Amino acid sequence: MERIWLLIPVLLMSTAGPAASDTVGPPGTGVPATFEAPDESGPPEVSRAVDLQACDVSNDAGGAVDLTWLMETGGVIPDSLAVIRTSPSGEEERIAILAPGSIMYRDTTASNGVEYEYRIVSLIRGEEAASSGTAAAAASAQWIHSGRIGMMVILIILAGAILYFIDTGKKGKQLYIREIAGLAAVDDAVGRATEMGKPVLYIPGIMDMDDIQTIASMVILGRVARKTAEYGSPLLVPTCRSVVMSVSQEVVKEGYLQAGRPDAYNKEHIQYLTDDQFGYAAGVDGIMVREKPAAIFLLGTFYAESLILAETGRSVGAIQISGTAMPSQIPFFVAACDYTLIGEELFAASAYLSREPKLLGSLKGQDAAKLFFIVLIVLGVVAATIGQFWPPLNGIAEFLRDIVTVN
Amino acid sequence: MRLMIPLAITFIAGMIMILNFFIPHQPFAFLGDNLQEWYMIVASGAIFLGAANLMHVHIRKIRLRLKNWEYSPVTIIGFLVMVVTGLVYGVTENRPFDYLFMNMVAPMGATMFSLLAFFVASAAFRAFRASNWRATLLLTSAFLVMLGQVPIGAMIWDKIPLAKVWLMSIPNTAGQRAVMIGAAMGVVSTSLRMIFGIERSYLGGAD
Repeated sequence: MERIWLLIPVLLMSTAGPAASDTVGPPGTGVPATFEAPDESGPPEVSRAVDLQACDVSNDAGGAVDLTWLMETGGVIPDSLAVIRTSPSGEEERIAILAPGSIMYRDTTASNGVEYEYRIVSLIRGEEAASSGTAAAAASAQWIHSGRIGMMVILIILAGAILYFIDTGKKGKQLYIREIAGLAAVDDAVGRATEMGKPVLYIPGIMDMDDIQTIASMVILGRVARKTAEYGSPLLVPTCRSVVMSVSQEVVKEGYLQAGRPDAYNKEHIQYLTDDQFGYAAGVDGIMVREKPAAIFLLGTFYAESLILAETGRSVGAIQISGTAMPSQIPFFVAACDYTLIGEELFAASAYLSREPKLLGSLKGQDAAKLFFIVLIVLGVVAATIGQFWPPLNGIAEFLRDIVTVN
Repeated sequence: MRLMIPLAITFIAGMIMILNFFIPHQPFAFLGDNLQEWYMIVASGAIFLGAANLMHVHIRKIRLRLKNWEYSPVTIIGFLVMVVTGLVYGVTENRPFDYLFMNMVAPMGATMFSLLAFFVASAAFRAFRASNWRATLLLTSAFLVMLGQVPIGAMIWDKIPLAKVWLMSIPNTAGQRAVMIGAAMGVVSTSLRMIFGIERSYLGGAD
């Protein structure tokens, strides 16, 4: 706390403009501020850095040292600060020039395992006017990110549960998966489009292939493509990203091949519109209004365009199945679509639709891990609540919070 | 072989990214950063694919006089004008590209975004019908939140803004967190399925 109080005058001085001892040319004359001695009793002391500390940056690949210091108060503010690094061989190097109010610096040019000595020099007109004491540190790389150990434990538990249930599924044990209305309606939606002689419109969200929701959407697209190929309905896939377009073309082509209808595949139906969010929304709305699809799938990552798309789809009378893991967009989909896959249901779609034991096993594993974390959360809530009256339990709540916190 | 190579690439790339997340030490940091850069390079290259596809689809539409072909010249002209002005005059401020972007593209985007207000109204009208007790609960909560958001709410009863804050920060946050935790589990599970080759339907589903 003492350090914070020391900082306040330093920051105020550094931002308040010229110090009392400075002279500034008349406003508007363009005459720069110059440094002058305040009186004839000799030049005042120049503020220097104090309490310099150097330490290795934690959880990195090495090569970095963090420096922190405070600035002395009461003296003349220097023009700038220089960070001086001395290597074990005694070679001195000026590695950075900083603004006078600076109180920290990260040296990212250090070699691992070499102990450097640092000092901060106050400069007046480029000349060394005062210097801090020295602090030494050596950069090093860490093998484990200490802030992510909890996440690693979670991943191991989840992976273990998934592998266990996959093994159970492979052994032929029947695994119960609750019905997901949105996924059960996929066949009906495609069938409806076929009966009406209208196309099926599939919208894979507006994000690129590095988004896991887009990847999940591609998995469902493969299943939908197989159904449309079997039923003989045209499948339109307008995309917002070029990579998604390429992947969609391959996925749909595979779906048509699987269904034994490669001749029905039309590459022109999977087209790139634009990367622009609302440009894409306008383009897809245009397709909806012109083509009047009987079934619309909105599966992937959506932002503000979600309701624009879903409401337009509703206005053309299409049956709509939506799904996203974006919490802020789910209410819009629920309001405007016939079926909505909420959060995790989007990721469960592939297993649900294929009914492959291995995939169903992974779903059961996911559920088991979820149950485990529900128990952890309940324990944490109870511990934190009782901890208000009986402090020893706060430790348990803190421990649980640390486990699930990712840095 | 057709399946093994993509599965092997997925496994290696996925494992590198997982290890990079937990192990900051080299070579994982270097490999992880490089993989992300590779993705950026591939995605940048794919922009040309997108542009080529756009031109191909619309030129074909015009050539064969397919349904709604009249809109295609607008798309092609718009696309070419932006590309040419960008390439010839640059994309910095006060250049023709910037002028077109600020005076055509941005207002059109804003127009689409503005439509959201009308769509929200029509969706809310449907969603807020008191058809059963759940819908009535939703209607009441939404009414309180909207009323608490505007000054007249506090004028009617000073506790309404407090009720709004409570609804948004307790039940609403709890619901959102539940969705997020479930989705996070789904993300991890899907990623593991793909990395270990259990999920391969994106490759055509063949075993």
